[in-house]
Amino acid sequence: MKGRMISPGKVEGIALVSTEPIGFYGGIDLSTGVVIEKGHPLEGQSVKGKILVFPCGKGSTVGSYVIYGINKNGVGPAGIVNRETETIVATGVILAGIPCVDQINIDNIKNGDTVCLDADHASVDVLQNL
Amino acid sequence: MYLTPSEEKILHGEKGEVMERMFRLLVRLGEIYEADAMIPVGSVQVAGVSYKSIGDPGLEFLEDLASKGAKVQVLTYLNPAGMDLENWQELGFPEEFAHNQLRIMDAFRAMGIVVTSTCTPYLAGNLPRFREHIAWSESSAVSFANSVIGARTNREGGPSALAAAICGKTPNYGLHRWENRQPSVHIKVEAPLEFSSDFGALGYYVGKQVKNKIPYFSGIPSATTDQLKALGAAMAASGAVALYHVDQLTPEADLVETQDLETMTITEKDIKETYTTLKQGEHPDIVILGCPHASLREIAQVAEKVQGKTLKKPLWICTSRMMKEAADRMGFTKTIEQAGGHIVADTCMVVSPIEQMGYKVTGVNSGKAANYLPGFCKQTVVFANIDELVEGQT
Repeated sequence: MKGRMISPGKVEGIALVSTEPIGFYGGIDLSTGVVIEKGHPLEGQSVKGKILVFPCGKGSTVGSYVIYGINKNGVGPAGIVNRETETIVATGVILAGIPCVDQINIDNIKNGDTVCLDADHASVDVLQNL
Repeated sequence: MYLTPSEEKILHGEKGEVMERMFRLLVRLGEIYEADAMIPVGSVQVAGVSYKSIGDPGLEFLEDLASKGAKVQVLTYLNPAGMDLENWQELGFPEEFAHNQLRIMDAFRAMGIVVTSTCTPYLAGNLPRFREHIAWSESSAVSFANSVIGARTNREGGPSALAAAICGKTPNYGLHRWENRQPSVHIKVEAPLEFSSDFGALGYYVGKQVKNKIPYFSGIPSATTDQLKALGAAMAASGAVALYHVDQLTPEADLVETQDLETMTITEKDIKETYTTLKQGEHPDIVILGCPHASLREIAQVAEKVQGKTLKKPLWICTSRMMKEAADRMGFTKTIEQAGGHIVADTCMVVSPIEQMGYKVTGVNSGKAANYLPGFCKQTVVFANIDELVEGQT
């Protein structure tokens, strides 16, 4: 699948897919990378090392620092794939150096799929279905 | 994107490492979102101030910038900090937390940022004009500036706002352009709205539904700026609404295209159900008002309600230092303190470590606070109007 490069880099990993938007501030714990938003589809799961797939960001604009922070704390996602990346997530991934591509039909990616995210070529491919 | 020769020089490092790094971030954002050029900004408001929110990684990021001589070029205000910067000891904020918070404030001050710490900069001396380009980041302040004032800002991430302050510019995309300020959904309100919490409940409900769309409201016959502040804050928290229009009330409402919009009707039942959803407990350990930061009018209302009473449980009203000083002069602070409450400046319930201070159940009248407190502060929320909250404490 072809999309738009938000932040460069190439990475392979296991997809963690959220059908709902993610608000990083108040939604993800800064020291553990675990989703803490009550009632969120990913509540209790860690984003560490995953290809985090979600439609778009939401909520607080402090989210950029949370993305930068979880990455610096070693519990950030390996890559991010969005339907639409807004400024908050874009700023976070650019500062943190996390590969990120948007304008992807994320319905084609299932939780647990092995995904190749090649942001340098703005592409996302599912290598292996779970 | 078109860059002027002097902007090209910044990218080539001729204005130093910090400028290059910050300008590179802005250019990258401009390229992603198809900006045509950079535009000057009139003012900036930077989010990511509380030590609780940004932690050690954020603290180190800011100290690094400050130590390399970063300076802002335009009037720049700050979002709330994690504690009252003057009365933190008296209010019981933890010592180590305070130490780190003060380091963050020192880094901002060194960069020339006005150490104000409020989500209502427009009530505290940073008031943009209609159609002025600004780069603000706190989500409720962004919503208020765009919607109620008609200034133009995207929802900046903390670091991108800081970059705009240091460079004095922002890429011209998104809500800076008129064509992107048109509404995408029509919200017909068929519910009476009386309390600020009614506006908060409406905002919470609509934000969940419309996510990042631009709502156009009709059926709201009147509202104070305090109530519009509550509406916008809740929509920005439960969704990502950065701009809304209200028929007859907001400055761009007459100018935008409202034909053929998808329509959503909000009834009294929807508002009541939202109250039920957000009322998770019964007896608050503490009531915290002022999300977004209370105006002087809101502080005066609370003072009137608690005058001569004795509160059984703590009551905080969060506000900016400027409003607190006015409240001190008017005697509101004294009235509230005599009843056992506190006016807390520079911070708020969402960004302060209330869960470390022994509170488990918090009463709020804010849709935004009700949205954030369960996840970020591990609080059970009691969402109610101000009368019920204050009555329950006396």
